[in-house]
Amino acid sequence: MRALDGVSFTVRPGEVHALVGENGAGKSTLIKVLTGVHRPDSGEVRLRGEVVSFDRPVRAQEAGISTIYQEVNLVPLISVAANVFLGREPRTRFGLVDWARMNRDAKELLSGYGIETDVKRPLGTLSVGAQQMVALVRAVSTDADVVIMDEPTSSLEPREVETLFSVVERLHEKGIAVVYVSHRMDELYRICDQVTVLRDGKMVHTGPLNDLSRIELVAMMLGRSVSDIREHGATAFGEDHNAGKEPLLSAENLSSGVRLNDVSLSIRPGEVVGLAGLLGSGRTETARAIVGALPLDGGTVLVGGKALKAGDVGAAMRAGINMLAEDRKAEGIIPNLSVRENIVLAALPQLSRFGVISREKQDRIVDTFVKRLRIKVSNPDQLVSELSGGNQQKVLLARWLCTKPKVLLLDEPTRGIDVGAKAEVQALIDELAQEGLAVLLISSEMEELLDGADRLVVLKDGAVVGELSGDDLTQDKVLAAIAGEAP
Amino acid sequence: MTAVITDPPDTTASTTRRELMTGVLQRQGAAIALVLVVAVAWFSFPRFGSLDNLRDLALQSSFLAVIALGMTFVIITGGIDLSVGSVYALGGVLAAYGSQYGFLVALALPLAVCGLIGFVNGVLVARTKMAPFIVTLASLLFARGLLLAITDEGSNTYRVPADSAFIELGRGTIGGFGYPVFIAAVLCVIGGIVLRRTRFGQSVFATGGAEQSALLMGLPVARTKITVYTMSGVLSGLAGALTAAYLQSGVTVIGVGTELDAISVVVIGGTLLTGGAGTVLGTVIGVGLRNVIQNIINQIGTLDSNYQSVVSGAFLLVVVILQRSLARTKPRR
Repeated sequence: MRALDGVSFTVRPGEVHALVGENGAGKSTLIKVLTGVHRPDSGEVRLRGEVVSFDRPVRAQEAGISTIYQEVNLVPLISVAANVFLGREPRTRFGLVDWARMNRDAKELLSGYGIETDVKRPLGTLSVGAQQMVALVRAVSTDADVVIMDEPTSSLEPREVETLFSVVERLHEKGIAVVYVSHRMDELYRICDQVTVLRDGKMVHTGPLNDLSRIELVAMMLGRSVSDIREHGATAFGEDHNAGKEPLLSAENLSSGVRLNDVSLSIRPGEVVGLAGLLGSGRTETARAIVGALPLDGGTVLVGGKALKAGDVGAAMRAGINMLAEDRKAEGIIPNLSVRENIVLAALPQLSRFGVISREKQDRIVDTFVKRLRIKVSNPDQLVSELSGGNQQKVLLARWLCTKPKVLLLDEPTRGIDVGAKAEVQALIDELAQEGLAVLLISSEMEELLDGADRLVVLKDGAVVGELSGDDLTQDKVLAAIAGEAP
Repeated sequence: MTAVITDPPDTTASTTRRELMTGVLQRQGAAIALVLVVAVAWFSFPRFGSLDNLRDLALQSSFLAVIALGMTFVIITGGIDLSVGSVYALGGVLAAYGSQYGFLVALALPLAVCGLIGFVNGVLVARTKMAPFIVTLASLLFARGLLLAITDEGSNTYRVPADSAFIELGRGTIGGFGYPVFIAAVLCVIGGIVLRRTRFGQSVFATGGAEQSALLMGLPVARTKITVYTMSGVLSGLAGALTAAYLQSGVTVIGVGTELDAISVVVIGGTLLTGGAGTVLGTVIGVGLRNVIQNIINQIGTLDSNYQSVVSGAFLLVVVILQRSLARTKPRR
């Protein structure tokens, strides 16, 4: 499979050009080719009409192409000022780094972009959002002609996003070309004038953004028809599920220090229960308590009416509870193993006899899930780290599904994956519930919770403050519950 | 610009204080320990404060300080140089051998050969992406083997001719303090300035702190690595040459385990073993601490000198544990 296939892309001075596509569509690869990280097999890059070839990122920077990556690419241990000027530090007559001037200039530069911070502090002590802003300031202060931003807002707070937009506006006025990659439609329509859509490594559209309606843009990204999306909506959840009678999983009076206070909930087979609440309200902690990964002061977890041994993850898994962790990089995916190995990891005990693993059974399982979850992979032995975020998430889902679980706890299953993959994951959650699984869904996206869950449990400060179902499943009711008004 | 972003107030006072305490202990721990140890020694052993003893202490420290200076740079880039002990011994033998051809050869020969070994280490680490541990382990064996080959398995000890000007380099004194002390001091001052006040120094920090980021920011990561390993080789060779000048011969059995001494004093001095942070001053303090403890054990007389290793080992462990907790509080989301 080619990451990029015959893509042509043009950006003019002063233009803010949106680059969109699903995860795995080739956006990151395109950016890496433009900035000298990768070299194209064929084709050329022209800057101001001249053919250029960057063998290293530094060449692209010298030529005037600056990049802000999705993940902060700075040095956390050295100071903010040192990061801003790394590689181009102001120097005294004797050729030594002029720290006084560097700190002064950095402070001035940052406050010019609305960032007030002690520039002598190690960068790592700043919040991720502030770090991202430092990266932005660094990138635009290098006199670049082209600034590439790869999902710059994914770790920013709303007010930081505003600052970013005003920076983009300024770049636009100065005649600097901006390439802007984002999944957020609102942002694109607010600041971009041109758009290029990639799908499966190919360019499917390029032109003025305002000529396209949002729904047309999404349809183009997904490769689906507009009417199809109108009919089924942006999320891919279906109708409510016919929930069974007896709860499959019930958690009773879970308490843990200040984090959880008397949380009870139950899920019936075939039901999707959503956990709503603000960040830090105890959503992840609840899920962790259920699988036994959070030490409890009190409370019990029952599966099919039988109590689980507290604090024993193994017991929870044997009882059929599986948890998909929020941070898939840190807690789930093993990047150096292949897709096959990642999928069968949890099912190994069932696949082996006397400790010997049956390759045949493995192949069958991997094959089934790659097809069923529509995992985009060239072959099962491809390294999982080469897959896009959405596909990595599907691999994780497959890992738990092949252990034939009864209860799935999904913590932010669609975070960081694009519209298309998101819809597929959502559709999968739906299918799984229909097959009789009990699903606990944690999400920060209200839309996902309201559409996906049959019932919502609202948490606040580690305690249940409301439970909503049926017609009560509206954003207003959820917010009211969080705000403390009786639902 | 309307939006204003200020420092996030998302840490509670207690964690900030803990971070601060850990930071102080980790960075200044060696200095505090050194002051305490010196104070104890000063009052407990009348001979400790004598000028003779201090001169001796300074001279003994100078050789290790020169080696550890190079090691500091290597460790800050996130690497390690296990070859320094062997290279140090090789440098001494080469200097003694070269001294029969005059002062310049005695100095230039070890610097060139040891520098070349360091350069090869650097190229292998930077270009082939092999682990520094393995590369420098290989050159440890290589340098030791070369040394044994040119000395007939150590049976042939080269002597520095008694009339050679080279001896002066190791035995000459100013105010009673040997030349090596001043050479080490000057090198450490220069090293400190290079690390803190040059673009190269910044690149050293960035390479060890976040290599991928450093590459994407266009820093010369490979060149930086090659330079620090070359420096480490040259400095180890120089330490060997100074030792040979002082001992008036190329002793073949020195330098065994010196790499571990160098690594431990660097880490005790507050340089992160994982790279990205460290100071030359810390390393100098680390060297001082190690040798003062050794000196005290010698003063006690009844204690086996091997207890020096026990004490350094225990102290190193404490420092590394502190570094771990510091590293854990480092990234915040």
